[in-house]
Amino acid sequence: MSEFLQQLVNGVTWGSVYALIALGYTMVYGILRLINFAHGDVYMLGAFMGLYASRWFHAGESPNAFKALAVLVTSMVLCALIGMVIERLAYKPVRKSPRLAALITAIGVSLLLENGGVLLFGASPRFFPQIVEQRNIPLGMGVTLSNQQLIVIVVSLVLMLALRWLVTSTRVGKAMQAVSHNHMAAALMGISVDRIITFTFMIGSALAAAAGVLVALQSPKIEPYMGILPGLKAFVAAVLGGIGNIPGAVVGGLVMGVAEVLVTGYLSPTYRDAIAFVLLIFILLVRPAGIFGKAVAEKV
Amino acid sequence: MRLRQALVLVAALNATFLATGCGGAGGSKTGGGAELVVGVYGSLTGNDATFGESTKLGVELALAELVAAKQGKIGGLTVRTVVEDDQGRAEEAATVVQKLINQDRVIAVIGEVASSRSLAAAPICQAAGVPMITPSSTNPKVTEVGSFISRMCFIDPFQGTVMARFAARNLGLKKVAILKDVKSDYSVGLSQYFTEAFKAAGGSIVVEQAYTAGDQDFSAQLTAIKARHPDAIFIPGYYTEVGLIARKARELGLTCPLLGGDGWESDQLLEIGGEALNGAYYSNHFASDNPDPKLQEFLKNFRAKFGKDPDAIGGLAYDAANVLFASLEKLATEDADAFKGLASSMAGTVERKEAEQDLALLIAATKDYPGVTGIITLDANRNASKPAVVLEIKGGKKIFNTSINP
Repeated sequence: MSEFLQQLVNGVTWGSVYALIALGYTMVYGILRLINFAHGDVYMLGAFMGLYASRWFHAGESPNAFKALAVLVTSMVLCALIGMVIERLAYKPVRKSPRLAALITAIGVSLLLENGGVLLFGASPRFFPQIVEQRNIPLGMGVTLSNQQLIVIVVSLVLMLALRWLVTSTRVGKAMQAVSHNHMAAALMGISVDRIITFTFMIGSALAAAAGVLVALQSPKIEPYMGILPGLKAFVAAVLGGIGNIPGAVVGGLVMGVAEVLVTGYLSPTYRDAIAFVLLIFILLVRPAGIFGKAVAEKV
Repeated sequence: MRLRQALVLVAALNATFLATGCGGAGGSKTGGGAELVVGVYGSLTGNDATFGESTKLGVELALAELVAAKQGKIGGLTVRTVVEDDQGRAEEAATVVQKLINQDRVIAVIGEVASSRSLAAAPICQAAGVPMITPSSTNPKVTEVGSFISRMCFIDPFQGTVMARFAARNLGLKKVAILKDVKSDYSVGLSQYFTEAFKAAGGSIVVEQAYTAGDQDFSAQLTAIKARHPDAIFIPGYYTEVGLIARKARELGLTCPLLGGDGWESDQLLEIGGEALNGAYYSNHFASDNPDPKLQEFLKNFRAKFGKDPDAIGGLAYDAANVLFASLEKLATEDADAFKGLASSMAGTVERKEAEQDLALLIAATKDYPGVTGIITLDANRNASKPAVVLEIKGGKKIFNTSINP
């Protein structure tokens, strides 16, 4: 029993990371009907920005919460800017073209970021400094939660709630909802569609960057290709929850994380990567719109 | 004489044809034709980049000493190395070795560290009749590929037994868990030999879990291991994953010692694993605090040239290069005519083929060679039989614990 509970804790930790990445996929899809395949690579850039930021703040030496937060925020801001540049340079020029053009552009951007990363950061893995001193919090019943796991879960939760508040209760959020319903009509209401789209990309990229830093916190090996698989899995998580749907992405991410950990712990780790795609096939057969697919009003 | 000149001409034409045919890149500077070209391949980048880097530096040091002692010449021919990066991928190892053989026309190949990559390259060397010396691949299958493949280190049946006995006798452990890399020949082989020997010594393996190189998260496996309450965890993997696993294990509240093999040997191990590795033991090819004068001189020269401490991988590569040079020297003095076949201008000729065959035989006949990693004598299967040392990690340092003879 304690083993199962511990596995659930592990699964929820990974699941919250997938959820953060999946949110970016779902927001961009909701607003542009575009699957931004470069999103996983923005997550990778987030981890690297975090690495440079932690050197800048000397967060590895005498770590404290303030420095760690500074690293997280710096990485998110830098990646938001990167997201903006990607949107302006790569996607905006092809927005009026057929959707396939945008999709292929996304794959191109993804390859550019990965191989650009190899050029810039080198192909060998780099190691993230310990910006939070590791401590264990016993939860009873033989279950332990490390403070790093706790940080991953809490930060993810806070970011998700902040996003929810942003989308439902602010002017920008309402504009995002409007744009997701209809670009033309939103423009006629005086909403600057271009600006809203760029803003959506920035928010999505910042969330991916947060995911990158959070993963690096507890699994410190980072390399330019690290975004491919988590990116794909987060995409599956978004589809699982119903792409375009914000709570759906969160639930999809958590389901994915828990499923992976349980498969690794009780079956075989070789099925770890397969389970994501088994889930994808299953959901497409049974409920193609995803778990929350019907709730159109929630679309961003 | 006529025939010979004609042959040389054909060979030269062949070489240019091949070089241009393959895109002309190649880098085969056929300058002078009086060279001995030696190929080195390894993972200079990728998941276990220190393996390739150490191998490269070890060979470089041996060559530098040859240059200092004999102007870099053996039998009148200048030795030149061509280094290729396989990025830590088996398929890439096969490609770069093909390139070394077909484009650079090397007379011998030194590499790899990881057994899976040596196993990808060995059949190519064997088929082409080019001697290959693996400095540090320990899986027994590597030299079983054929007569052209030899190695400078002990093999996993021995290494697995050493660690199993050490765990059972010296540490008095009864229940051990195994966490292995299912896609690595080294890891799968070593855990099998460890299991056999540990059971024979009266212990039991309580759980066996697996991962794949490149994995980011090991929490699920370690949680499953924790539930079986082992006395220790044996992790026959490479240093990157080992460091990550060690950290995760401590995070999950696993406090038992960790055990491993020579795949842990890297200066990055402690950088990645940090304090989590305290109290861990692993088997290795040398201990740098061994007072052996030959080893200490190597350590000093390596530090002077590259400004950092060598690991055992570098020491084995240094030995591999020196054994190759010694065999070449022997061929040059014993059979000067045959030796001429190794000159770079002779690539593709019958003479080259015969000379490479002679060279492979001489390498296989290496006996009592005083290497920095111990006395090297190759057995009938072209494996070196050498003692293994067990190192303990204590306070961020690797400390010699014991040495076990074959």
